[in-house]
Amino acid sequence: MSITQALPPIQPAKLEVKSLSKSFTTRRGWLQALENVSLTVNEGEFVCLVGPSGCGKSTLLNLVAGLDTPDSGELISDGQPITGTGRERMVMFQEHALFPWLDVMGNVLFGLHLKPNLTKNDRLEVARYYLHLVGLERFAHANVHELSGGMKQRVALARALAPNPRVLLMDEPFAALDAMTREQLYDDLQLIWEKRKKTIIFVTHNVREAVCLGDRVILFSPNPGRIREEFKIPLPRPRDINSVELATIATEITRQLKSYTQPAIPAGPSDPAAPAAA
Amino acid sequence: MKRTIVALFFFTALIGLWQGLVSARLYSPVLVPPPASVAEYILDALADGSLLSASWVTCKRLFIGYLIGCVIGLPLGLATARSKYMSDTVGVLALGLQTLPSVCWLPLSLLWFQQSEGTILFVVIMGTLWSVLIAVDNGVKNLPPIYTRAARTMGSKGLHTLVKVVLPASLPYVVSGMKQGWAFAWRSLMAAEIYVTILGSEGLGHILHFGRELSAMDQVIGVMLVIVLIGLLADKLLFSPWENFLHSRWGTARN
Repeated sequence: MSITQALPPIQPAKLEVKSLSKSFTTRRGWLQALENVSLTVNEGEFVCLVGPSGCGKSTLLNLVAGLDTPDSGELISDGQPITGTGRERMVMFQEHALFPWLDVMGNVLFGLHLKPNLTKNDRLEVARYYLHLVGLERFAHANVHELSGGMKQRVALARALAPNPRVLLMDEPFAALDAMTREQLYDDLQLIWEKRKKTIIFVTHNVREAVCLGDRVILFSPNPGRIREEFKIPLPRPRDINSVELATIATEITRQLKSYTQPAIPAGPSDPAAPAAA
Repeated sequence: MKRTIVALFFFTALIGLWQGLVSARLYSPVLVPPPASVAEYILDALADGSLLSASWVTCKRLFIGYLIGCVIGLPLGLATARSKYMSDTVGVLALGLQTLPSVCWLPLSLLWFQQSEGTILFVVIMGTLWSVLIAVDNGVKNLPPIYTRAARTMGSKGLHTLVKVVLPASLPYVVSGMKQGWAFAWRSLMAAEIYVTILGSEGLGHILHFGRELSAMDQVIGVMLVIVLIGLLADKLLFSPWENFLHSRWGTARN
């Protein structure tokens, strides 16, 4: 098997979420994380889920990943119900979740070892390809702790891409990074998505990030978690997070988002500590 | 280089102090023999082969007992960490028995196996088993759940997760547990050898004991030195490579 066979331009999957509900019993009581959520993500679409913490967006991602099971509702990937984790749906977590007992190459190879019908050379070739794609081929034999935060997330991206999944699920993968590193990764992710077309669900609480990356931005509101609104982002790609058009759209979405979340501290004219203008 | 010089200086000073105490004649030379006579005993015992054969017998017992202890303790530790039922039963038993000093197994072992290799082996296994079991259990229980979740998304499950994720992820705990198990095994073995005499295959503990019975202090101290030396050597040969690997992989080295 050659690299072109190991790396076929795989057909991205269509995801359907139908009236999904999920609740948790936490120490502080019962929590309706998702209530009657329906969503369709088309083949090769990049969808961003945005909302304040606790709105169930990560819960939805875990359900699509197959890491959790819903209370009710249906999850369908290309017509097939999702019953558990699967190689065609890879996940990138907020913490890089790289394995410290393996070097960079070992981490990228981990998922490939679980993919049947690959020879040792195929696996190495595929791993090298993806390390090159994320710009880290020189670090193949570095230890995880020797990498910066941004590099770790690049390795995590390479690890998620290597088994050539049809869907990539990203749970606030850049939230813990500094702004400079993050902006570089927005460019890189867009380029990589061009080359290795996937259906992507990207969870974030950063509206600009969502507008920069997504074909569609879907707004969630908490208690109970549900979808409030969605926005199509018509901007051409590649997008620059600092462009004025992008900022305009992001401002509009942020305004909408704020209207769903009640202010924690009610500000009134009688409040002596209230600032003059917000 | 500087560290070597400092270490050399320290140990030379220690021997100097010892010699000083002997020369001052504060204690009877029967109780505190000069370093030279201890060295002489060690050289003689090496030359007639008794020290080497005793070391060999002791190391063989240690390895067999330790190996059996690890082979039982490792999977049991995994099991107690992964199953609540195992944790409530075997886990509690291990926690209790670990607090029992292994020399306390000797009376029972002697009654069961009499003056035999079995007695010694049993005590060494009891010394190793529980501490290895508890260290592995502890390591696996402290595992960040993100590793197994990440592995699951990549299609890993069951035995594959156990061998390729859970075990390597808890390796720092496992290695320190095995090291502790080793230390316990070594202590148990010495206690057992001092108590249990098997004619024809005397270990270091036996000749230490004979030294006491003959009031041969040079022999007592000489054998003690050899025991310390074997302990150090085992640490350097068996555990240092692992620890160095862990430090460089995990990034936990201090220097």
